[in-house]
Amino acid sequence: MTFRTQSIIGKCLAAICAIACLCSLAGCGSVSTRDNVIKIGIKFDQPGVGFKKSGTYVGFDVDVARYIAQELGYSEDQIEWKEAPSKQREAMLQNGDVDMILASYSITDARKRAVSFAGPYLVAGQDLMVRSDDHSISGPEDLNGKRLCSVTGSTSAVVVKEKFANEVQLMQQPGYAECATALFSGIVDAVTTDDIILAGLAAASRGRLRVIGKPFTTEYYGVGIKKGDTAFATRINNAIRSMINDGSWKRAIEDNTRGTDYMPNPEFNPPSPTEGEQHE
Amino acid sequence: MSSIHELLTQYDVLGAFAVNIELTVFAGLLATVLGIILVIMRISPISSLRAVAGGYVELFKNMPLTIIMVFMVLGVYAQLKLSFSDNFDVNFFWLAVTGLGLYTAAFVCEALRSGINTVPLGQAEAARALGLGFTQTARQIILPQAFRGSVAPLGNTLIALLKNSTVAAAASVATETSSLMSEMIEFHADAIVTIFLIFAIGYVILIIPIGMITTYLSNKLAVRR
Repeated sequence: MTFRTQSIIGKCLAAICAIACLCSLAGCGSVSTRDNVIKIGIKFDQPGVGFKKSGTYVGFDVDVARYIAQELGYSEDQIEWKEAPSKQREAMLQNGDVDMILASYSITDARKRAVSFAGPYLVAGQDLMVRSDDHSISGPEDLNGKRLCSVTGSTSAVVVKEKFANEVQLMQQPGYAECATALFSGIVDAVTTDDIILAGLAAASRGRLRVIGKPFTTEYYGVGIKKGDTAFATRINNAIRSMINDGSWKRAIEDNTRGTDYMPNPEFNPPSPTEGEQHE
Repeated sequence: MSSIHELLTQYDVLGAFAVNIELTVFAGLLATVLGIILVIMRISPISSLRAVAGGYVELFKNMPLTIIMVFMVLGVYAQLKLSFSDNFDVNFFWLAVTGLGLYTAAFVCEALRSGINTVPLGQAEAARALGLGFTQTARQIILPQAFRGSVAPLGNTLIALLKNSTVAAAASVATETSSLMSEMIEFHADAIVTIFLIFAIGYVILIIPIGMITTYLSNKLAVRR
């Protein structure tokens, strides 16, 4: 076969041009904002946290977001809900698709390099969920020889791999609904992720699943905002503070985990929202 | 872009690509064997075999791969309790290979059938005139020429298979590239573009040689008529 070096260089150049075009497109992805609407990113697929249910949105994140929006001066119909899948959250904030994100979004240092956070509005922790009739697991120390399910690429999956790698077999599924299915059918013994998400799944299972209630990590759920907007962070934190003080925070947790005896880890909750008020 | 080195040392990117290559090799072998059987059935003189193979191809060709993969885990394994091994990692790997193989076999069959269509009808008639039976005709006259005529579509199928192997994540194979990419994005949200480029370039490096070899072989092996 004969191919000239020149043509290969030409092809490489063409490829680089194509990539450059894509990059420049991504760069100018600013979206015009209407002043009277606030765009909030939430999860659509996590019952109890952020869930789209026949056109309405329910869950703890949604309730907190509603309260914050109200405190910021937006009425219910001025909120535009957007789905914020885990992998797209930073990009959505950076190019202005959303004004803030409440989507079981843990505050981490790596993420703070790309976006800023307000909050935290909840301190969740990784926990285990088992079938209600299974009493062989009462905490992470009982996982020896058990089979566990978590979501591919999630923090919980990595924590399990690091802490319990020798003791458990880990199944990784694209979403928590698939994990719950695997738990029902008996191919795994437990599902692991943040306790509030598990509580939402357990509440939706009509008593067939239960959460152990011994969180073994701490996840500070924050409100993701555009990087460096300290004034916005302060206003959000004030809203969260008043939500905790007037009792709506506690009510929101109870409403969204009804049927389970979920309690956010009392050692850290309710949290004091002070994140993002100063430049770092 | 200084984070590239950090990302590559912290995560086993090459290992992840190796998993995808393994998936591709095993699924490719399964798909080739199954595809040959299917195409023989499709050209056989027995109409029921033709119908079965045709049905199989239409079914798997038009079904999304993700659905097949999820079915392999939540249907075949969770409900029907069919498993390859008690070890989760081994089990999910082979379930994914099976799913990929079953899916790709339909495309291999179609690629081979396109090769068979390049063999002039006269060849089969001449074979019959010489007194060769169906299996002899297929094995000695039709299929060798069909293979040589279908190198290009088979190469495309192989490329598609390599890219499709990332869907193994849906079958809980968590060590392959797309799962590793999710994990890296989860922990390095500030380097999404870099992470994306690492994997995009990795696949380009893998796939361009396949394309070049395919083009070369398809020119060299083509039956000049």
